[in-house]
Amino acid sequence: MTPITQNPPAAAVPAQSFKPSMLWHALPWALAIGIYFIADGYHGLGTNIMIWILFAVSLDLALGYGGIITLGHAAFFGAGAYCAGIFAIHVNNDPLLGLLVATLFAGLLGFITGMLILHTRGETLLMLTLAIAAILYEAANHARWLTGGDDGLSGIRVAPVLGLFRFDLWGKTAYLYTLSVLFVWFVIAFFVVRSPFGRSLDGIRQNAKRMRAIGTPVWWRLVAMYALSAAMAGTAGALMAQTTRIVGLSSLELLTSGVVAVMLVLGGERRLYGAFIGATIYVIVQDLAGAISPFIWMFVIGFLLIIIVLFFEGGLMGIIDDVVNRLKGRGRKDQRS
Amino acid sequence: MTQLLTILLDGMSYGMVLFIISVGLTVTMGLMRVVNLAHGAFAMIGGYMATVLVLKLGVPFLLACVLAAIAAGILGGLAEMTVYRPLYRKGELPQVLLTIGLCFVAIAALTFFVGPTPLPAIVPAWLDQMVDIGFRLYPAYRLFLIVVGGLLAFVVWLIIERSLFGARLRAAVDDPQMARSVGMDVSRMFTITFVGGCALAGFGGAIGAGVLPLEPFYALRYLVYFLIVVAVGGMGSFRGSLVAALAIGIVDTAGRYIVPQFGGFLLYLLVFALLLWRPNGLLPPKSVA
Repeated sequence: MTPITQNPPAAAVPAQSFKPSMLWHALPWALAIGIYFIADGYHGLGTNIMIWILFAVSLDLALGYGGIITLGHAAFFGAGAYCAGIFAIHVNNDPLLGLLVATLFAGLLGFITGMLILHTRGETLLMLTLAIAAILYEAANHARWLTGGDDGLSGIRVAPVLGLFRFDLWGKTAYLYTLSVLFVWFVIAFFVVRSPFGRSLDGIRQNAKRMRAIGTPVWWRLVAMYALSAAMAGTAGALMAQTTRIVGLSSLELLTSGVVAVMLVLGGERRLYGAFIGATIYVIVQDLAGAISPFIWMFVIGFLLIIIVLFFEGGLMGIIDDVVNRLKGRGRKDQRS
Repeated sequence: MTQLLTILLDGMSYGMVLFIISVGLTVTMGLMRVVNLAHGAFAMIGGYMATVLVLKLGVPFLLACVLAAIAAGILGGLAEMTVYRPLYRKGELPQVLLTIGLCFVAIAALTFFVGPTPLPAIVPAWLDQMVDIGFRLYPAYRLFLIVVGGLLAFVVWLIIERSLFGARLRAAVDDPQMARSVGMDVSRMFTITFVGGCALAGFGGAIGAGVLPLEPFYALRYLVYFLIVVAVGGMGSFRGSLVAALAIGIVDTAGRYIVPQFGGFLLYLLVFALLLWRPNGLLPPKSVA
């Protein structure tokens, strides 16, 4: 497929000269814009999918590229959501300002907690991320006066975007608004993982000791990536708050952290676009199967996960790559080096 | 004073249930180095099975708990031989995801067969009464949990510290490669330990249904507690898991009694601080200490 989805080493080649295969990058965005015009009545679902894509891409930065094993990413999603909701209710209901505040808040939270926990590894790190999400969950649950507790935070009113585009009943504005935000963040993520900073994280993931030995400030790099990823997750949460106008405790749950990891791996980690496929399929399956019984989708997703982990480590994007490579008679291998 | 003792007893009975369920997890995670998020699912399977046996078929409570333990153990053994084996060589993320997948499948299957509503706690009549323990009347069920938990802890201790199998197990936890090279069949040990751990989890889920109520999301809801026991106690440490389970039971209960406005907040904060202070837990085995 595209050079970036091929394999990390492929991306090391600076992508300055134009290649026809780069047109693939336009595909998801063209699709998203096309769907805006044809899928009346599905804008809400589309918005939801894009929010989860953003959340999954943020996890890809921390988990896929940074190698930071976390089961508490919902902490930042939920923090962003609550921050945006509370900011809109009590301070100012401009959506972009709210988005910025929520993003900075989640990023700061990621920075602080990252500094505390990122010297640990493995199961301990997993437990610490889990504990952070649990602490926030309990805090949100008990600070009823601020968050509404388990009733959720409601009554969020959002002003028109840029003072021009009102959030309409059909969610068309919300769709384009979310798409634009996703695009901006995606471009940032795209260049970050290709920057020297991103490459150094590749090295840290593969061999942290060696990177330290050659003088990379490992801990700082991890903290920076974690904070960036947290900020992005915060944006996703804020979008959820602004477009649905309600924030529930479930945004901080362990299940939410699990679900976003599932989406990422379903699509394929360390590819950015993997998050697109994973989140889309997950939300659609949940929507279809959930209409029959909420437990059927759990079965389908659970089963898919087991199969993917056991047999297809690259996720669905990995399968697509394999098929493309086979069709091309593995001609790509030479190109890569 | 009375309140303090009540908190202590409540916390201990709760901690014992956590211990019965989590001890298998700590040993398997210490031995196999697998992040097993599906452990709660085996407890849930045990609990559901026992409840159905008691309510639908009229099986006596204790027998139902034992049958549930056997069923959970068999399922655990099957899972170990099919889906867990390929996992040992993989990283943490695949382990996390596959076991979450198992959790999802278990939740969906149990809900499909039993229904999406929470199950009533099965406490037999002979336990459903108050006993005079000197300073107050106290539920017999909770005393029963403390006694059974204590007995099981003793049995597990005997197996781990006093039997040949236990000695091998401890050796394998401390240094699996060395254990293999002196000729121990470590993968068979994996299977046996996994079956034992799952059976205990199933038993704990069945017997502790009055403390940890059975509902469709049981496997995920209480998972955090089981993982905390493992992490706080030190992975692979039997004594650590007992101490951690009791401490967590008591701290959580005390927190809810004394400062109800904070709820579980206090517990998670303490766990967070503790793991920052001692990343390998309170009593880690030699291999990681």
